Amino acid sequence: GLTVVPGLGPRLAHATEAEVTDVITEMLGEMPAEGAISIDLPEIAENGNTVPLSVEIDAPMTADSYVQDIMVLADGNPSPRVAQFHFTPMNGKASASTRMRLVQTQNVVVVARMSDGQAMMASKQVKVTIGGCGG
Amino acid sequence: AGLRRAAAAQALTQDDLLRFDPLGQVTLLHVTDVHAQLMPIYFREPSINLGVGAVEGKPPHVTGTDFLTMFDIPRDSPECHALTNVDFVDLARTYGKVGGLDRLATLVNAIRAERPDNTLFLDGGDTWQGSYTSLQTNGADMVRAFNALKTDAMTAHWEFTYGQDRVQEIIDGELNFPFLCGNVIDAMWEEAVFESTQMFERGGVQVAVIGQAFPYTPIANPRYLMPDWSFGIRPELVQEHVDNARANGAEVVVLLSHNGFDVDRKLASLVDGIDVILTGHTHDALPREVKVGKTLLIASGSHGKFLSRLDLEVKGGAVTDYRYRLIPVFSDVITPDPDMAQVIADIRAPYEAECTRVLGQTDDLLYRRGNFNGSFDDLICQALLEERDAEIALSPGFRWGATLLPGQDITVDDVHSMTSITYPNAYRMAMDGATLKTVLEDVADNIFNEDPFYQQGGDMVRVGGMGYAIDIRKPMGDRISDMTLLSTGEPIDPARNYVVAGWASVNEGTEGPPIYDVVSRYIEKHGTVSVPENTTIKIKA
Amino acid sequence: MARIRPRVRVPGEAAAGDVVEIKTLINHPMESGHRKDEDGNPIPRQIINRFEALFNGQEFFSVDLYPSVSSNPYISFFAKVDEAGEFTFRWHDDDGSVYEETKGIALS
Ligand SMILES: [Mn+2]
Ligand SMILES: [Mn+2]
Repeated sequence: GLTVVPGLGPRLAHATEAEVTDVITEMLGEMPAEGAISIDLPEIAENGNTVPLSVEIDAPMTADSYVQDIMVLADGNPSPRVAQFHFTPMNGKASASTRMRLVQTQNVVVVARMSDGQAMMASKQVKVTIGGCGG
Repeated sequence: AGLRRAAAAQALTQDDLLRFDPLGQVTLLHVTDVHAQLMPIYFREPSINLGVGAVEGKPPHVTGTDFLTMFDIPRDSPECHALTNVDFVDLARTYGKVGGLDRLATLVNAIRAERPDNTLFLDGGDTWQGSYTSLQTNGADMVRAFNALKTDAMTAHWEFTYGQDRVQEIIDGELNFPFLCGNVIDAMWEEAVFESTQMFERGGVQVAVIGQAFPYTPIANPRYLMPDWSFGIRPELVQEHVDNARANGAEVVVLLSHNGFDVDRKLASLVDGIDVILTGHTHDALPREVKVGKTLLIASGSHGKFLSRLDLEVKGGAVTDYRYRLIPVFSDVITPDPDMAQVIADIRAPYEAECTRVLGQTDDLLYRRGNFNGSFDDLICQALLEERDAEIALSPGFRWGATLLPGQDITVDDVHSMTSITYPNAYRMAMDGATLKTVLEDVADNIFNEDPFYQQGGDMVRVGGMGYAIDIRKPMGDRISDMTLLSTGEPIDPARNYVVAGWASVNEGTEGPPIYDVVSRYIEKHGTVSVPENTTIKIKA
Repeated sequence: MARIRPRVRVPGEAAAGDVVEIKTLINHPMESGHRKDEDGNPIPRQIINRFEALFNGQEFFSVDLYPSVSSNPYISFFAKVDEAGEFTFRWHDDDGSVYEETKGIALS
């Protein structure tokens, strides 16, 4: 019999780049420059319901100077905020992982704030595809 | 043709194929993407293999006479036939079939006999899937054959489509050699699932082989078959494996990869310390290595049609010289290895009558490989349209499947070489025009995205009952235009529902008869099939 | 809802000064608030909204989570271990529940 195509439902209302900008400027007062944040995300999501993300910044993590916050945003989800990690020197390493939902192909934006107030950002596109082809 | 074939056969010998001036301490032998082809076949290389962005016009994105020119290969030569589609039917009748694991065994054993302490034989994966017998035995036939070849290590892609339990069962109980997939981690705790690296000593040299499974297995194939495992390219992890191998004394580091050629070319530029990448997945056959920095990329074709031999000279812990040959496995001039011939006969015995059952004949050349519809795909689409009473047919852009010459019988083996998968259901569903466009755009971006890390390495989805135009250089969403329903000549209406039949859906619970039965029934009904040249896809490149 | 069961992986011991990886998981639907039930009524949001990690009573890492975090939220991070002691992990649910797990670590 006839069925409908699975996995291609109507597009949800989603956040915009402008909303992402709003969240960042609310956090930092202004948009930071691009910086050395390592974002480990697959280029193509295996499963849009659970996309693994790791972020890392090569920073000393001493009482004098450490990474304080890393905020993760997604510009194509219903709302832009995904997670905000709060670090201390006791972490030893400014690195964390989680898994997130991505309802469609979009940019994941990562913003970091250091203990001295300096900030930076980076982003990476993740494709959410229908799948099914191959060599 | 008879005289010419005799002359060609005389001109080409097993010794010619094996001729090689040995070099250094290590001989790497590589096959990949055999797709369960135990027996000799015909295999036509693509006439169209488009590269985008930085790789446009670079190997392997060169075909036909351009390929002959680039690699200085004379027309009508054995190399011309092995490596291109030029004069394919004529030269196939001249040079005969290619592949067959008993022939491959002869070559491997001869090289091993010459270099007993120096040789490593490595399999790049896509080995267990692609035939009637492999499907019937859940891959056990190929495991047995590659055990008999005394394979030293393998990596994987289609292997996973037997399901994670079966893969684990084979590794635990049937496989005599390491299954290396350093880029596969468990989806819950993100820890290694398989061994990444195997160290070998050859000719007094420590050789590390690191396995890299197809990064997009759970996307290109059904994720429900390997739900607990996560894949990905993971360049940082590859670097970690390379660094560990060096720290453990490796003087040569080999990446046995199923990434696909363009992905490996980019990976080679990101990871330090890999001497050789034995590439796989995209089925490219290149007669010369491609060098990225200090890394050699080797592309050994598919379907058992080629054996790569790479000799390495190592001094002071570094590769100082190398010599490479891509050896075409011309079945007719190689004496089959009797032990392997017996293994193959034993494997096929229970299925031989069914495998060789003749379903019909073909008037035309039937092949698949190429970026757009091949003629066997057109036949599958014809079968889907007719047998499933559909307006439009979709058939996946797989790169595997043997070639049939005009006038040849079509057997069950032949249909299975094109359709043998563990999720074969031929669905029938309503799809609106907008969704059809989305599907074509999505697949096109998986092939023609300028960044190879966003490519999945297949070919364009094959379409029956519908024509379209494609501009491969446009961004996603803008590549496809002029979609037309061929039965009426009308443009595809984004809002209208069409009856679409297809197969190889990655969605669990897809219903419908197996595609191999659909295609077999169609051929039996028609007796002799013809496939006119497909002129319904307009390509702007 | 299935019984909420947090799980953590922490090395049993570490040398003083080592930076160790900690992995945590909690089974939870992370109901986003964006979905509708079969009758078309919105399903209210219920997520884990905050995670905290403490060592010997001192909070050293926390996360604010939003509905885009996947169900069964997974969080991994690092800790510099200078002394033996006990890690405490806390997950805060929208419904006010707090789930807690502890793990000791020895010095090697
Ligand atoms: Mn393959
Ligand atoms: Mn493959």
